Amino acid sequence: MNSVLYLSLIVIVYLFVIAYLGYYGYRRTKNTLDYLVAGRSVHPFIMAVSYGATFISTSAIVGFGGAAAFFGMGLLWLTFLNIAVGIIIAFLVFGKRTRKMGHNLDAHTFPELLGKRFRSSFIQGFSGLVIFVFMPLYAAAVLIGAARFIETTFAAVDYNIALLIYTLIICAYVLAGGLKAVMYTDALQGSIMFIGMATLLIFTYAKLGGPVAAHQALAGLVDKVPQKLVGLGHLGWTRMPALGSSLWWNLVSTIVMGVGIGVLAQPQLAVRFMTVKSAKEINRAVAVGGLFILCMTGVAFVVGALSNVYFVAHPQFGKISLAVAEGNIDKIIPTYINSAMPVWFVYLFMLTLLSAAMSTSSSQFHAMGAAIGRDVFERIIFKGKHTPYSVAITRFGILAGVVVTVVLGYRLPGSIIAIATAIFFGLCASTFLPAYAGALFWKGITKAGAIASMFTGFLGTCLWLLFVHQKESEALGLCNLLFGKPTLANFPWTVVDPIVVMLPLSCVVMVLVSLMTKKVPGEHINKCFKHV
Amino acid sequence: MAGLPFFLRKEVSMAFLGIDDPAIWSAYVLCIVSAVFCVVYGILNWEKGDEAVYPEDIKWVKDEKIAEEDL
Repeated sequence: MNSVLYLSLIVIVYLFVIAYLGYYGYRRTKNTLDYLVAGRSVHPFIMAVSYGATFISTSAIVGFGGAAAFFGMGLLWLTFLNIAVGIIIAFLVFGKRTRKMGHNLDAHTFPELLGKRFRSSFIQGFSGLVIFVFMPLYAAAVLIGAARFIETTFAAVDYNIALLIYTLIICAYVLAGGLKAVMYTDALQGSIMFIGMATLLIFTYAKLGGPVAAHQALAGLVDKVPQKLVGLGHLGWTRMPALGSSLWWNLVSTIVMGVGIGVLAQPQLAVRFMTVKSAKEINRAVAVGGLFILCMTGVAFVVGALSNVYFVAHPQFGKISLAVAEGNIDKIIPTYINSAMPVWFVYLFMLTLLSAAMSTSSSQFHAMGAAIGRDVFERIIFKGKHTPYSVAITRFGILAGVVVTVVLGYRLPGSIIAIATAIFFGLCASTFLPAYAGALFWKGITKAGAIASMFTGFLGTCLWLLFVHQKESEALGLCNLLFGKPTLANFPWTVVDPIVVMLPLSCVVMVLVSLMTKKVPGEHINKCFKHV
Repeated sequence: MAGLPFFLRKEVSMAFLGIDDPAIWSAYVLCIVSAVFCVVYGILNWEKGDEAVYPEDIKWVKDEKIAEEDL
């Protein structure tokens, strides 16, 4: 009971500090042109850590950390892509142009950027609708990650109550102005995440005798891999799964490619570049961003895999992480932290996770509200005219987003965090990435080409999940209802993620249709690419 | 076997950092190398990339502030 009291006090103090920083940041930028005209600019540390805190959530730490305990250190390929694609390519290649084009077109959301670039209300409305309908899946993954930690930390709190507690905290945060995406709060949250994760790595390696000894001990557990997993291609936690096996496709196509590439077309991240003063801030932010991501997912994946060594050696457990968590990989990281780390660290980690979840959740809810208010209603129903109704609808959109997310949090099964995140990232990549990249880099792309590519990516991914990729088609049940079998395809297609097929397909469709259809007028192209 | 890339050849044993699968330790190393690249790039380009402020940049900031305050 004392620990609940201490933790409640810590969380309340933390929320007050966040609220104060939100107010401070708001006052600092009250003069709208301050940071542009008066030469003030957002410090690169704040910009990078704010981006990183939005990118990295409980999903990455709890969900994908748990996935690393299942698959092993092969998940480090995702960390590599997180840095190479999520920082280097996203900042230097996509970020600089997104900023310029966003300003040229006066676009304030990701769908608005696409809609104005292609002069299509349909593209903006359709993109907004996809985000509004599917982002709750990703938001629920973040929510579940936080709730699993609360549930594991306090024996008296069950998962349903934990979910409610976290939802109340998020609502308090949103009411306190968290939606304004004030970078100071994100920067504090990012700093706490940095310290929490760095400490976790040092403790884990120290506990297991240093990096080399810890890795060797993990390699030595190869005979502990359950026979069922060996049959699926598991070769141990310091080896990649057998090439072409079910687990290999799962790891490489869904986890590594889906999330690693999908980050480029994340609506809530792309808009961050527009708030930067110049390319100089982006250059500087790369330095901090790369280290930050290494310290987040790199640590989560190494520690996740090494949790097997700790649990097997521990007399109370004596079995691998998956068995300790009773098959629910979302519980592995919370269980490890609670049993292997000192009590003070559990509190620090609680704040780390709360920070990770809050910074991501707030931007997700903001993106959902803006998608339905600004992109769907204001653009399609009110023909682009700003009215008080669109603000009300945006607020309603945020509320609806929170409700749907919480319902999903209650209804989704165990071991879902990494899967739900990967589905959303993969869907965004196949639907938006070709058109987004074409919008930024190819003057020859046409409106029809962009629409055809978005349709191909979106419908193709949905059909693939409904009728081909067995894990989802079996759970969704439509294939069984219509055809009397869980999937229409045979191995290996049943385990190949839709991104592998649909992303290249939507790229090809975009190029072919663009070459055959009416070009965008030169003056509009000049406006889009002015000063780019 | 000889024609395959090194990370597909099962008989090769090149333990590094206590990890004997090159496909794993190379990921470990690449993570660190890419993060170091980020730091070096950031430092080398610390003073590069200044841009003029155009009217469209100012309009964007004004409109963003209005949208935030409305909400």
